[in-house]
Amino acid sequence: MASTSSASTAPVARPVAPMVRRLAPLVIFTLLALLPLASALGLPGHWLTLVTRAMIVAIAALSLDLVLGIGGLISFGHAAYIGIGAYGTGILITEGRTELLVALPVVLLACAVFATITGYVSLRTRGVAFIMITLAFGQMAFYFAQALSAYGGDDGLTLYEKSTLLGREIFGNRTGFYYIALGTLAVCYWLVRRLVASRFGRVLRAARENAVRVTVTGYDVNHVRLGAYVISGMMAGLSGLLLANQTDFVSPAYMSWPRSGELIFMVVLGGVGSLYGSILGALAFLVTEDVLSSLTQNWKVIFGPLIVLFVLFTHGGIAGLVTKLRGRRDG
Amino acid sequence: MAEPALALKGLAKSFGALKVTNGVDLAIAPGELHALIGPNGAGKTTLVHQISGTLRPDSGAILFGGQDITRLPPQARARAGLARTFQITSTIASLSALENVALGVQAHSAHPLSLFRDAASDEALNAPAWEALEAVGLAERAHAPAGSLSHGEKRALEIAMALTLQPKLILLDEPLAGVGHEEGERLIALLNSLKGRFAMLLVEHDMSAVFALADRVTVLVYGGVIASGEPAAVRADPAVRQAYLGEEG
Amino acid sequence: MTLSLLIVQLLNGLQFGVLLFLVAAGLTLVFGVMDFINLAHGVQYMLGAYLAVTFVSLTGSFLLGLALALAAALLLGLALEFLVFRHLYERDHLDQVLATFGLILLLNQAVKMIWGAAPLSVPVPEFLSGNVRLMDGILYPVYRFALIAAGLSVGALLWFVVEKTRTGMLLRAGASNAPMVSALGVDIRKLFMIVFAFGTMLAGFAGAMAAPILSVEPGMGDTVLILAFVVIVVGGIGSIRGAFVGALIVGLVDTLGRSSMNDLLRLFMAPASARATGAALSSMLIYLVMAAVLFVKPEGLLPAKGRS
Repeated sequence: MASTSSASTAPVARPVAPMVRRLAPLVIFTLLALLPLASALGLPGHWLTLVTRAMIVAIAALSLDLVLGIGGLISFGHAAYIGIGAYGTGILITEGRTELLVALPVVLLACAVFATITGYVSLRTRGVAFIMITLAFGQMAFYFAQALSAYGGDDGLTLYEKSTLLGREIFGNRTGFYYIALGTLAVCYWLVRRLVASRFGRVLRAARENAVRVTVTGYDVNHVRLGAYVISGMMAGLSGLLLANQTDFVSPAYMSWPRSGELIFMVVLGGVGSLYGSILGALAFLVTEDVLSSLTQNWKVIFGPLIVLFVLFTHGGIAGLVTKLRGRRDG
Repeated sequence: MAEPALALKGLAKSFGALKVTNGVDLAIAPGELHALIGPNGAGKTTLVHQISGTLRPDSGAILFGGQDITRLPPQARARAGLARTFQITSTIASLSALENVALGVQAHSAHPLSLFRDAASDEALNAPAWEALEAVGLAERAHAPAGSLSHGEKRALEIAMALTLQPKLILLDEPLAGVGHEEGERLIALLNSLKGRFAMLLVEHDMSAVFALADRVTVLVYGGVIASGEPAAVRADPAVRQAYLGEEG
Repeated sequence: MTLSLLIVQLLNGLQFGVLLFLVAAGLTLVFGVMDFINLAHGVQYMLGAYLAVTFVSLTGSFLLGLALALAAALLLGLALEFLVFRHLYERDHLDQVLATFGLILLLNQAVKMIWGAAPLSVPVPEFLSGNVRLMDGILYPVYRFALIAAGLSVGALLWFVVEKTRTGMLLRAGASNAPMVSALGVDIRKLFMIVFAFGTMLAGFAGAMAAPILSVEPGMGDTVLILAFVVIVVGGIGSIRGAFVGALIVGLVDTLGRSSMNDLLRLFMAPASARATGAALSSMLIYLVMAAVLFVKPEGLLPAKGRS
């Protein structure tokens, strides 16, 4: 259909993002913000702690969705960054340095360095080799932590203090911690959203679908992917920092490969690439795990098949389901 | 000829014992539409791969506007102004037509990988993208996902994407393959309208298109050039006729 | 390290490598031909070991127990294939990774419920017990020799089948280009089942053979699985030869690395912490080797021909 006029006519309006994608995050964050009120009204404090932990883990899941959902890179070693963040914080605290303004840059730097080196090597491979090499690097971090006999080794390290901000105790109060975690999650979510909508994000998304096309258009796909990988690693390290403060404990188990697998599951459960889905996925996972493990010690025997059935019978996770339901209602 | 837009000097490539590219010399003047034809298996696609940089030649040189690009990776060649379309259409299916084109504009911009500016509403990217879409007649389909475009529309989109690279040469790898008659006519008209703005290397089987569009034609048989010159002369060349005996002329 | 110790460690490395080869061979075939990432392969190894424990103690005979364990492992593997795996062949890698991950959770826990969490073992059979005198002062267990021999023979058998038989030819073709093989009219489902059965039996066999010398406990398959993946990534996906070379490299590096790391650290650390740190650091060694190989040759050392 050759256009006959050469003058630029007013462009057709760009379609607006689907309702669900815009509303869902708002709903999620609003509900999360209101939860402590329920606690004031009698909800057992255990739930507040659980949801705090879920939000902390959600930061890591969100960061994984950036590389996995948006970037298309299946990283099976992401728990390593949680571990680096936790250990960085824990070691500093044990050595008497509780100041957050010291811990935060240290954690971010450590994660960035680890991500740059391992990401650079990993991105030389594709497909299964990439999955396995990220798994292997995660294992390296795990074994390294086990080797730290000065800091607990395999038994882990108990922390007797929490991080402080400018000398002030900010993590002591349960409700206060809840809102710090919520705030951090919200900021991270906003950052990732901006990133995905940016020029950088567009190249990352396009490369997931057709890396050759993006390359011949003039981009270095590996540079872009490495960038996303490093940003993602730093964000997961932040999650580790908060986790150490919540549990007062750091251990190599934080970066075991089943943990990395669980992170992947949270992302898929929520809906790969939806971003807000990974928050839902983390919440759903941790709540289910909590409920099931209180029922029986052998809860993995139920959880394992649940994962299998979930994969076999669904497509698009919770986010996909919600969109589908809404779509049906809208006719 | 002034400095050719593209010059191949003694290009050679073998796969094992098979010489797929056998000492190819070629020169394309700036603004010229040069067609590359040859029977199936002549090695046209391998040649295209070597020019675009996805395949490394065993020997010989590729000069782009006088600059030796033989060792340059594909993305660097793209940035230098060497654009290509693909034999099997290659667009980003889930992005809209506009976004696909804007991606190309972005590659050339001052901050191609900016982390914070929203890309989709960026006029600096969208305005040139609209222009390119209009030049190829796809303005009305700007917001459709590229995956939903018809075959001919996808080809036009690829050409629009190539345009945004501010190309000095566009490599067109069988743009008419698999396209129906009407859409084919439109594509030929489109290519005609673009002639002269930059050089084009058109690899094609469709002879009527080739002879309607080409300024000069080169014939490749078993990896070697057997004729090169004005369309009428090439058509009359006995060696060419023999190579195509039995083929649709 | 003395020469005799070195020889013993070399043999141990060879034995470990052979074990890894058996597991990795099945894995690389399944992944190479069917493009199916099976994280539950390690569990099949573990099941082989547990079934050996049960059947050997039931029948009192090592060989009979081994045979029964193999048969049971095969049956279980085929059941899993029927119930879960065959629905995953068409799905993308992410779904495969997740679903088989769920299976690992399930089966590790199930094994704990059925056999208990305490480590079990299988007594070394009479006719394979005792030591062999290699050189002066070096005694090496007969059973480990038997393991090496068994593994090498299976390897030779596998080589024969893959290189010299028609089924093998189909396997090699499938490893390079599965859709093409299907388009040529071969019943791809039957081929997949054969490949899968092969792989499962190899893993189960490795587990059963390993039972007398390793401790049989829940989760024993997980480390082996990761190492097997390292092997096939280093060796080249879909390549049996690559799996063999890769397994030997991994086995030798890991074993020699551990013992020399231990000696090295004991020079300036207390024995207990030297052992702990040594174990951890030497575990990292393998991954460093893998990273180095992939850095230089991303497609592996001996990739299957025709694969990009």
